[in-house]
Amino acid sequence: MNQVHGWMTDVVILLPLLGALVVWLLPWPRRAAGPVALAFALAEVGFWINSASHFHFGGLTIAQQSKLTWFHDLGVSWHVGFTNFSIWLAGMAVVVMAAAIAYGMWAGRERPRGYFGLMLFLTSAIVGVFTAQDLLLFYVFWEAMLIPLYVLVGVWGGPGRLGATLKFVIYTMAGSLAMLASIIVLGLERGSFDIGALLTNGNNSTWLFLGFAAAFAVKAPLFPLHGWLPDAYREAPPEVSAVLSGVVSKAATYGFLYFGLFGFGQLGTGRPGTPVADLRTPILVLAAIGLVYGSLLAFRAPDVRGVIAYSSLAQVSLITIGLFATNLSGLNGALLQMVNHGLISGLLFLLAGTIERRTASGRLDRLGGMARGRPALATMLMATGVIALAVPGSTAFAGEFLILAGVFNFAWGYALVGTIAIVLAAMYMLRLISAVLHRDVGPAVSATALDLRTAELAILVPLLACLIALSVWPAAITDGAFGRDKTQISGVGVLVR
Amino acid sequence: VIAALATPHVEWFALAPALILLGVGGVCLLAAVLVPRPTRRPLSAWVCGLGYLGALVVSALLYDRSGDGHGVIADAIRRDRYAALAAIVVAGAGLLSVGVSYAQRVRDEHVAEFYALLAAAGAGMIFLAAANNLLVLFLSLEWFSLCLYVLCAIDYELEGALEAGLKYLIVGGFGSAFLLFGSALVYGATGELQFDRIAGAISSQGLVGDSLLLFGLALVLVGLGYKASAAPFHMWTPDVYEGAPTPVTAFMSAATKTAALVLALRVLVTAFPNEAHLWAPAVAALAIASLVIGNLAALGQRSIKRMLAYSSVSHAGFMLIGIAANNALGARAVLYYLVPYSAMSIGSFAVVAARERELRQPVTLDNIAGLGWERPVLGAAMATFMIGFAGLPPTGGFVGKFYVFAAAWDRRWIWLVVIGLVATVVSLYYYLGVIRSMFMRMPAEVGLAPSGGQPPAERALSVSVVAALVVTIGSFVAVQPLIDLARHAVTSSLSF
Repeated sequence: MNQVHGWMTDVVILLPLLGALVVWLLPWPRRAAGPVALAFALAEVGFWINSASHFHFGGLTIAQQSKLTWFHDLGVSWHVGFTNFSIWLAGMAVVVMAAAIAYGMWAGRERPRGYFGLMLFLTSAIVGVFTAQDLLLFYVFWEAMLIPLYVLVGVWGGPGRLGATLKFVIYTMAGSLAMLASIIVLGLERGSFDIGALLTNGNNSTWLFLGFAAAFAVKAPLFPLHGWLPDAYREAPPEVSAVLSGVVSKAATYGFLYFGLFGFGQLGTGRPGTPVADLRTPILVLAAIGLVYGSLLAFRAPDVRGVIAYSSLAQVSLITIGLFATNLSGLNGALLQMVNHGLISGLLFLLAGTIERRTASGRLDRLGGMARGRPALATMLMATGVIALAVPGSTAFAGEFLILAGVFNFAWGYALVGTIAIVLAAMYMLRLISAVLHRDVGPAVSATALDLRTAELAILVPLLACLIALSVWPAAITDGAFGRDKTQISGVGVLVR
Repeated sequence: VIAALATPHVEWFALAPALILLGVGGVCLLAAVLVPRPTRRPLSAWVCGLGYLGALVVSALLYDRSGDGHGVIADAIRRDRYAALAAIVVAGAGLLSVGVSYAQRVRDEHVAEFYALLAAAGAGMIFLAAANNLLVLFLSLEWFSLCLYVLCAIDYELEGALEAGLKYLIVGGFGSAFLLFGSALVYGATGELQFDRIAGAISSQGLVGDSLLLFGLALVLVGLGYKASAAPFHMWTPDVYEGAPTPVTAFMSAATKTAALVLALRVLVTAFPNEAHLWAPAVAALAIASLVIGNLAALGQRSIKRMLAYSSVSHAGFMLIGIAANNALGARAVLYYLVPYSAMSIGSFAVVAARERELRQPVTLDNIAGLGWERPVLGAAMATFMIGFAGLPPTGGFVGKFYVFAAAWDRRWIWLVVIGLVATVVSLYYYLGVIRSMFMRMPAEVGLAPSGGQPPAERALSVSVVAALVVTIGSFVAVQPLIDLARHAVTSSLSF
């Protein structure tokens, strides 16, 4: 069964790349590039649904594998496949990317062929990160994310884009190359770069794990490596910010989960790996600091995107806390929250984009009173904000509850910090909502600023619908993401072909 | 009298690539005097291009039919896959360079000589890669160097060209002197010229650690360092690369480095295996110096050609890591690395040449602004070359660096890997700076006068750039075939 569908995984990775080439190389008129790209993005969502519907959420496995030797003298291969949890992240990624591409089309980006080609290229890279089962291949996709992001922010971004991109790239690459050093050592030591070898045997070197952790901690970002974040999130076009904070940061938390916990940590094999045990406390402490610090900054941020950017820092920290609780409820919560935050953050940045288009300003002191006469905008922002602050009944509540329950079982102190941060989350989200929607009408809000148009709603409502569906049934993800066994984590050990 | 001399058997096939290019050079020289002016340019360019194509094909045949490496012509040169692979790279570089040169403003009186010298230089490099004794080494090194000295200065109306030619002549002469002196000392110590016999003499005569020999080895290393523009022997590189006509720079940066590094690896491994404990750290030191100096100096450059010159110094450093590793993996890594490196080098200088011809002034980070949108094919190709130089996927530059680091790690020189990685981070700043200039800054923003009208369409140059692009990305996809070529080349000639 798994073998039959292996090529489908290749299709899911390569289809957007094909789309990018089609957009770049064929002589499309300016107006056609966006629709063509959107068609590819939607087809990508369709292919993902096909992959997900064929997935058997039994025990924890790598399914739908496809393997082809790339260069054998160092043991590197094109080896891809979905795990129970990565398939959800890939799904979130393709949905958010499709929404971002649709938004870019609606916003009418300049130089459309370059723009949409890069967005599709980025989609390919992100799906590749979530499916790669070879260390070097993972690194290739990981780096391949960087180039389109660099250009997307640098060309289509705001006035401060050049500085923002430079900071972003230097930060990211410094982390990534530490990971490359680790990958080289890890792969050559074994003579194979296949992740299966790492999953079954683990590795006892804290240094090597530190190399990986550096890359993930920068990309996520974890405190104090978040220096690039506010600039990049503010200067990027809103839909690229949505991708950066919604999807790309999840690549980092996914890395912590897959390489850190299952690889170095040997989760579920009954012989916990020392590197994770060594670094768990520092990472948890940094995440806890990031959680509170990000929340406070979000509360103090002067503009809409600032609030979302710093809340993203806080949320990623919370996810990291859930991961490094290293128990089942922590992992489930973290995974659910990764998907949630991807959708929420995507929605919020796209909403921020629609607000900025109407007011030519994102500053909270110049906004206000937008709810009157704009029911659709008010409803969308309110609904997203309420889910974001984890109101009981929402999927974010389910995720955060599981995270806190998990980490409480590990050490109650972090759970206490997490609870405080949830209160802070309520504070900054409500501040954002009231500053945009309520209070007196701000100077930047003209009476002619329209409500959300049908096209915008067509982009935003599907994302919200995903969130509401998850709120109704969060178990859709948590039920089988780490195997059906409800008492312990099963290791991803039986998947090496 | 001639009959009385014992002449060695000459295996013409082994010499064919170099002979074809020499013949082509002769035809071009004849064209310079016999062919009327209007047809001189296309004719000599076509002849030179076809010559390089022929050399490429024959080198490929030679590669195919030289499974067992052996010395030919009284063992003066080697016929093996290693030399043939280097010849393929050099011939490919020459072929692309002809495309880049086609629309260059070379005076009609000199255009045929230009292509004659270009062909002859390639012949010398191919000969150098096959050299098997110190005499042939020196002769072929001088052979292509003389051609390049003239090529650098051939367009004497170009600002800086004469200076570049003279500087290259003097500094290059210095390097050659080092090499010659070193060769003499090695000969003096061992009484042998041939590489493998030198190794034999060293072990049979108990010369390990002999100071005369070691001094000679060091000087040979210095001389080759000059040609490969490895720091600290790189001082000529930025000035010459900047002053020479851009197509010549493109050819030099790819082909000279290929020949010099391939030969350096052969000499060190074949002639001085017993001194590996000394030269390996020395080469590693050269590599580190090249990485540090090349990268730091490139950071501050505004002129793209100077920046690329320093970048070529830093890439010499990366490839020297592979040589310093002194293992089969490192040799494969160097041979692989040369392929995408040559393509990226020629491609990026070709884009610079195109911009130069459009603006009629030296290309800087400022006046390249907007190129990416004005000429999307060249812009996207240049961006890919920069990404490849920086060692990011999806380019062969990434795999090359990966292999080099793997070779260093194979020796457990993790510190060398770390230095290489740090250098890579630093290099991102200036490589991405080019992309930033091309795509993210508009000509109006930097006050560049609008040139107006369509930029000149240069088909030959565009074909070269696209070919370089295909090699850059193709070498990322087809790693295994290239590595297999390199592996067979190494096993047929070097013994580790």
